[in-house]
Amino acid sequence: MNNQVSAEPLNYLNHKTGLWSWLTATDHKRIGLLYLYAISTFFLTAAVLGLLMKIEKSSIGPTIMTAQTYNALFTLHGIIMIFIVVIPGLAAVFGNICLPIMIGAKDVAFPKLNLFSFYVYITGACLGLYSQFANGHSPDAGWTFYVPYSAEVNSNIILALLAAFTLGFASILTGLNFIVTIHRMRAPGMTWFRMPLFPWSLYATAWIQLLATPVVGITLLMVVAERTLHVGFFDPKLGGDPVLYQHLFWIYSHPAVYVMILPAMGVVTEIFPTFSQKPVFGYLPIVFSSLAIALVGYFVWGHHMFTSGMSYESRWFFSFITFLVAIPSAIKVFNWLSTMYGGSVDLQPPLLYAISFIFLFTIGGFTGLTLGAVATDIQVHNTDFVVAHFHYIIFGGMGFGFFAAMHYWYPKIYGRMYHIKWAKIAWGFLFTGFNVLYFPMFIMGIQGMPRRYYDYDPKFQLGQTISSVGAVIMFIGLIAMIVNLVYHVRRGAKAPANPWHGVTLEWQIPSPPPHENFDEIPVITREPYVFDNPYTKEK
Amino acid sequence: MSTPEHTEHSEHSEYIDVETGKMGMWLFLFTELFLFGGLFIVYAVMRARYGEDFHHAALELNAFIGATNTVVLLVSSMTVAMSLTAIQKSQKNLAVGLIFCTLLLAGVFMINKYFEYGHKFSLHLYPGSDVMRNLPKGEIMFFGLYFLMTGLHLFHVVVGGILLTIVMLRVKSGKINKEHFLLHENGALYWHLVDLIWIFLFPLLYLIT
Repeated sequence: MNNQVSAEPLNYLNHKTGLWSWLTATDHKRIGLLYLYAISTFFLTAAVLGLLMKIEKSSIGPTIMTAQTYNALFTLHGIIMIFIVVIPGLAAVFGNICLPIMIGAKDVAFPKLNLFSFYVYITGACLGLYSQFANGHSPDAGWTFYVPYSAEVNSNIILALLAAFTLGFASILTGLNFIVTIHRMRAPGMTWFRMPLFPWSLYATAWIQLLATPVVGITLLMVVAERTLHVGFFDPKLGGDPVLYQHLFWIYSHPAVYVMILPAMGVVTEIFPTFSQKPVFGYLPIVFSSLAIALVGYFVWGHHMFTSGMSYESRWFFSFITFLVAIPSAIKVFNWLSTMYGGSVDLQPPLLYAISFIFLFTIGGFTGLTLGAVATDIQVHNTDFVVAHFHYIIFGGMGFGFFAAMHYWYPKIYGRMYHIKWAKIAWGFLFTGFNVLYFPMFIMGIQGMPRRYYDYDPKFQLGQTISSVGAVIMFIGLIAMIVNLVYHVRRGAKAPANPWHGVTLEWQIPSPPPHENFDEIPVITREPYVFDNPYTKEK
Repeated sequence: MSTPEHTEHSEHSEYIDVETGKMGMWLFLFTELFLFGGLFIVYAVMRARYGEDFHHAALELNAFIGATNTVVLLVSSMTVAMSLTAIQKSQKNLAVGLIFCTLLLAGVFMINKYFEYGHKFSLHLYPGSDVMRNLPKGEIMFFGLYFLMTGLHLFHVVVGGILLTIVMLRVKSGKINKEHFLLHENGALYWHLVDLIWIFLFPLLYLIT
């Protein structure tokens, strides 16, 4: 084959070398890794900001920063986490790395567009960072950019808005690429219902990215026009309506929550069958619940605005639809649990993360119903309860889903194995710290602690301190996890092609995969989760 | 059997499969429609709220220029579609000529738009002006929407023009030919979108009074 005598066979990591070959890579796996490194860096930055905010709140009054700094920090934390980390997150990293392999393709449909969207993403991310430091007026309007404040305040809102717009564009392009890839590039014999479930969840996600993101794009541009041209769409003095902004913003930003969570659901749906060595329970219900979440998710945006002034009928409608979304989500939870039931469960790190995903997501989901019900929402709206709910869904859901994916596909991506015990200990810290950090916020929220406040009433002292301690514990876990993963990229033990005895296509090729994945495009003859694979048996 | 399959799927192939490429373009066009959709929502809300003011403000627009521009864009859509047929029949010079016609018509559209905008500016009817501030609220909204919607559309005309210029040069150099006309087809699709959006903007802004 190759004339070089090298210790390792050629794969996508070493078939070309040098920085330039990475920066101009059109290989979907390399682009996925580029996203991974960029997103991890931003994630760590925003996590440190979160930690600083929690340290600030550990005692009453100024602790380590001023109120204005605090406002800028939660805005920056929100913008980075939502727009730069969580929304692209799983789809851009693991979607890119795994989707083509799992459907038996050599690459995505438009490899060059894929690279282009990575650079659009980087441009948006840089704009976002620049907005924080230019002229010393970091934006302080929160990640939701609510008017009239965002239209009037003298800070770098326009830059932040353009950053969000650019990042949205990158997200659209990735979604477009995935839809076409799934439609056109599936291996021969891979019918729609022989497709693994992670690609299915990416498919549902991609449609949301494609159809909802342009709406927020134009909305953000309208705020820019509001600030520069004074068109007044959202200014009551000129005949506009601030609530209209909230509608337009949430028409995108609620579906965006499903852009974050659906791929995470897809990841754990891959993990449960593998670590139970049992076919996934209820393949079709999982497929259709993904599509149902994507579809119904479009029509629930109003539940963010129960207290903003809405007619009785709309509140009733949005509340009802919000309750409907809980049904497909619950179907998935039952399916995951039933997949494990009676299986030979192997508690490896990916499964630990997947199980904690169910635990945290369920708490987040139930409290979501509290917020979806009009009466209780009015009580807890704009309190720490919302913040806690949100983090249980986004961090407990998407975040833990991301960590699960990282630990699951790590040996495939790098061909090395991380330290299993260390990974489990890190998980213990993360999971404990997470609950100690966010659970008190539910209680404080019900007691009336408002969100986004710099200072608080002395009666919240105990809760705030516990929460801050949780932040520190979680951060230790985070560092332990990252060190473990980074350290073993080069020094870990060599991983076999199929360390977890998985049956989907990515486990049937070498680790790390060769440049174009398959020497010969596989022909698919049966459903994805059949565990009588001779390859698995012989292990 | 596997050898030709192999080259067809390879990412190093210079040309993307036509069906795949077209599907990507159609999806992109959906996103464009949704982009304008946000503005259409604002239009609908404001029209419902200030029906009377919208009526008065719309009278201010010159329906003749609007109608001319509609015809111009419709004809340009036809010429770009004809150029695609021409390239499929290997009539290279005709195709180049027809794309050039399309670009010319795009130019006519922009010149008309220039005079229209110029007229509004001479009357101080632009967002943020003192005259505008004293108008009834609904009229402020109408002119705001007018400038934002037609402005965004104009931006798309410019982008479409650039895209078609690239297509024209590639047809000339022979890179786009009878076998490989995906870019040409996608450029034409994009131009039809520009046309389509105008077909909606024209009655909403000029005709409903």
